[in-house]
Amino acid sequence: MTTITRHTRAGWGSTVAGIVILAVLLFPIYWMVNVSLQPSGSAVGTPWLPFDLSFNGYATALGQQGRNLVTSLVVALGSVVFSLLIAMPAAYALAQFKVRFVGAFLFGILISQMIPGIVIANALYTAYNDLGLLNSIPGLILADSTAGIPFAILIVRAFMTNIPRAVLEAGRVDGAGHVRTFISIVLPMSRNALITAALFTFLFSWADFLFALTLTTTEDVRPVTLGLYTYIGTYVNDWSSVMATAVLASIPAIVLLVVAQRYVAAGTTAGAVK
Amino acid sequence: MAGDGTVAGPRFWQSHHFQNRAAQVLFLAPAVIYMVAFFGYPIVKNFVMAFQEYSTSTFYTGEAPWVGFANYSAVVSSPVFGKAMLNTVLFTAGSIAAQFVIGLALAMFFRRRFPLNGVLRSLMLLPWLIPLIVSGAVWRWILDKDNGALNRFLAAIGVATDHPGWLTSTSLALVAVILVNIWIGIPFNLTILYGGLQDIPEDLYEAAALDGASSWHRFRYVTWPLLRPVVSVVLVLGVVYTIKVLDVILALTGGGPANASQTIATQSYHLSFQQFDFGQGAALGNILIAISLVFAIFYLRANRRAVDE
Repeated sequence: MTTITRHTRAGWGSTVAGIVILAVLLFPIYWMVNVSLQPSGSAVGTPWLPFDLSFNGYATALGQQGRNLVTSLVVALGSVVFSLLIAMPAAYALAQFKVRFVGAFLFGILISQMIPGIVIANALYTAYNDLGLLNSIPGLILADSTAGIPFAILIVRAFMTNIPRAVLEAGRVDGAGHVRTFISIVLPMSRNALITAALFTFLFSWADFLFALTLTTTEDVRPVTLGLYTYIGTYVNDWSSVMATAVLASIPAIVLLVVAQRYVAAGTTAGAVK
Repeated sequence: MAGDGTVAGPRFWQSHHFQNRAAQVLFLAPAVIYMVAFFGYPIVKNFVMAFQEYSTSTFYTGEAPWVGFANYSAVVSSPVFGKAMLNTVLFTAGSIAAQFVIGLALAMFFRRRFPLNGVLRSLMLLPWLIPLIVSGAVWRWILDKDNGALNRFLAAIGVATDHPGWLTSTSLALVAVILVNIWIGIPFNLTILYGGLQDIPEDLYEAAALDGASSWHRFRYVTWPLLRPVVSVVLVLGVVYTIKVLDVILALTGGGPANASQTIATQSYHLSFQQFDFGQGAALGNILIAISLVFAIFYLRANRRAVDE
């Protein structure tokens, strides 16, 4: 009979248990929001609830980190465009062309996941130093795409292998070349996979800390992740503005989860395909 | 006959075969070039750098003399190395074990059907989606010795009223860093394992239940064997990603106090970007890649053998 209870709705009891588990797991997120809404300077004993609501933390955060937030946004958007431009054609070729070294290329992507970011940063620092790419937006876009490009190739390729050959061949018969087939048939059909790839590429670049830390040396180009790190690197006496910065830096993740939930779900299951 | 070559020329580039070839190159070349420049080049460059002596002046003079294996021997004989190695193993093993067990337990829990299941499950992704440095900053304040939420909570319920210095004591720093990393990794394990559980056909459980199998037996003989491929993926990816974690440790402790939470990855960062000894940093980075590679090969081999039997 146990199977029958498995299948019938376990009911609201499990929902309550689920909410309790969620509350425990997400306490740090709650705490971040709570502290961000406290009046500045309340370093001693933050109240458990934000009764004394204050947006001073956000005012300070926007004043000091506003520029860094814009930098992060530009870098992340740039990385999305760049990653998709590189990854989409490759994904299509790997999915639909009979290329001899598909296996080798995919193996290369898997191996790339093993390379520690610090190793890439180590080598890029010297190269960027020679090329004048340190402290530059293009430099960060290129480096940050190391997370997005392999991921985008894998998940879009997985989707494109499912496009029936007949559809593509029909396009070819009509006289369309590979490029036109790709742009007018393949890309529109792969819309969902493209959106998933774009969202995750955005998140990866937005969250990048290592390349921001190692490939910038001045305050001119400073993503918000590095801004947050330099905040907590010194003695902190105003945690509300630090936490307000943390909340602002989490907004893309929260927006994605609320607005684009099904794409996020698609992306996380694609993580297993990786 | 002599004219054949020139006549075939224009026909050749119009041919179907040639166009396919050209399209392949056109479509794949950008990605291949990028992968070579941003993954291939760093590996080769690190390999070379590890045999050179870098200093702060290297970047002005461009001189980095060859020193053979001096960087490797300096890195390995440094007192920090043993500590960092042990910490890396403890950090990786501790994080993975706990993330996996908690993730699997939650995945089994979410197999039940109840209202709001999907909403709750997707909200659990939050710790994984927010930037690591944000998690680091938040936990740094929660784990604060004097005013952190954790110590206030522990004091309120009468446990550990002496306000332990989670991030400032040499005996607790590594534990604290592992705990935070476990928290970050739970959603990934939950999601992948949940996906794996969903792929196990329901009728297998029904058949097992009809045979009178207890819930432990159902787990042992139905769930576990069928989940094994997914478990392998989760564990291999988990180790490969965890062994190179940097953000969380830098945000929480910076590898301190007194190297108590220093790992190979953070030590490599310190050598390169704080002491500007890129040669030693590269040597340590190469050791990290080697460990990661050896682990992955051994694990996949062992696993393939287990599956074959």
